[in-house]
Amino acid sequence: MSTVVENIPQVTSAKGVKLPIYMDYHATTPLDPRVLEAMLPYFTEKFGNPASRNHPFGWAAEEGVENARAQIAKLIGATAKEIIFTSGATESNNLAIKGVAEMYREKGNHIITAVTEHKAVLDTCKRLEKYGYRVTYLPVAKDGLIDLEDLKRAIDDKTILVTIMAANNEIGVLQPIEEIGKICRERVVLFHTDAVQAVGKVPIDVNKQNIDLMSITAHKLYGPKGVGALYVRRKNPRVQVSALIDGGGHERGMRSGTLNVPSIVGLGKACAIASEEMAAESKRLAALRDRLKQSIMSRLDETYVNGSEEHRLPGNLNISFAYVEGESLLMGINDIAVSSGSACTSATLEPSYVLKALGAGDDLAHSSIRFGIGRFNTEAEVDYVADKVVSTVLKLRELSPLYEMAKEGIDLSKVKWAAEAH
Amino acid sequence: MAYSDKVLDHYSNPRNVGSMDKNSNEVGTGLVGAPECGDVMKLQIKVNPQTHIIEDAKFKTFGCGSAIASSSLATEWVKGKTVDEALQIKNTEIVKELALPPVKIHCSVLAEDAIRAAIGDWKKKQAVTEPVAVAAK
Repeated sequence: MSTVVENIPQVTSAKGVKLPIYMDYHATTPLDPRVLEAMLPYFTEKFGNPASRNHPFGWAAEEGVENARAQIAKLIGATAKEIIFTSGATESNNLAIKGVAEMYREKGNHIITAVTEHKAVLDTCKRLEKYGYRVTYLPVAKDGLIDLEDLKRAIDDKTILVTIMAANNEIGVLQPIEEIGKICRERVVLFHTDAVQAVGKVPIDVNKQNIDLMSITAHKLYGPKGVGALYVRRKNPRVQVSALIDGGGHERGMRSGTLNVPSIVGLGKACAIASEEMAAESKRLAALRDRLKQSIMSRLDETYVNGSEEHRLPGNLNISFAYVEGESLLMGINDIAVSSGSACTSATLEPSYVLKALGAGDDLAHSSIRFGIGRFNTEAEVDYVADKVVSTVLKLRELSPLYEMAKEGIDLSKVKWAAEAH
Repeated sequence: MAYSDKVLDHYSNPRNVGSMDKNSNEVGTGLVGAPECGDVMKLQIKVNPQTHIIEDAKFKTFGCGSAIASSSLATEWVKGKTVDEALQIKNTEIVKELALPPVKIHCSVLAEDAIRAAIGDWKKKQAVTEPVAVAAK
């Protein structure tokens, strides 16, 4: 039986831009060709199991894995032994949170996180609540940042873990992890950060930032899907986590299972590239992002950037276009791959909980678009995207009863909406 | 999500977009939905005072492509019908015509609500001169 996989159809715009344009780099990234090249030998001639200690096939695979471990460690200021390979960030987050919860149960049962965390963190914490753990969900301010005073107040003598993400996947907001790490160290509480969006994009140093556990994934970093890592601090303090997956005792007993060697090699190579190129790349991406923002916002009224512009990933832009619904906007720009916080684009029919947490109001959450700019985007693509977004928003505002009412001077927040049916 | 060709057609070429004078006695205006739910539809009808035939219809919609398509289709369908005939339009017919998936059925419900609200508004205006019972929802 064979399966026919169709290619994504491509066309070229009048100005020579290849369509569709991928601008959803927070969702995933394409593999960097250099990463693929590094991986390929490990599918074929270097196919061995790194746990095979008695023959050259095993040694070759082990060498690839250990080299990758060192490459990852270098990017984040860790040592190679502190890197535990997993299947991705969801597993890393689960292992960090559940692993610490179980291991430190004697010490306490309280965990602190924030409302804008990824579901892999929030739902893990929710599950622990069922098993008798207490979880504090810190609110965020309008700019998406947590208040450090809130964090200090939340820590009590039963607190075992603070888990706060480094960069948010929707709004790109960077939490003050160095300050958080400092507070946790002073109060002798472990600090885990989901740094999936941040690693390789902004400088991370686990020692300078007092990070005890950190989740990493390859596919946000121009590496392959299905592989990630958890940084687990080995000294000052020595952190231990209970395993979620039992078996052959791989990865110092924290994560059994034969290592996914080609993907691990890919993750390592992706980190090595980031170590070399991050500084220049983040400058370039920030310039593209600012160009996109400028081009859109100079031509449209009532558009708002969601989240702090100062503490932000270089490639992230999240804009709400008032009076326009996100999914209809996506339909109009269907030759551009971006995502929306609109309810209609989610399986739950709820607008983005991250944007709601900023207090922007559900209507602005419905009207939001996330642009994720990355390594392979060009200036010409940014210009095409800006033009297309502007013309589509103008068209949809012509169609929008809300825009018409606002222009008539009606205060939409005072209107009594007949929406009992929903 | 993949859209049906008919939804795409209404989205790309929405029919009867615009507004009519909401203070006119011949015009009924329905405004349904809420911004925080992600859908607001405004549907207006212009009714011939003698024949009660809907001679014109206009809409504006804030919402997803299916919501825009449902309201665009609703304006097409009410035109040329009497108000009583227009009240017979069911959301299930809109679902069928546009091939809406289950998660988009609420868009068709909203379009039906909009038709009823516009007719209700028009009837209210007529009640000032000649009493007509407003159809209970």
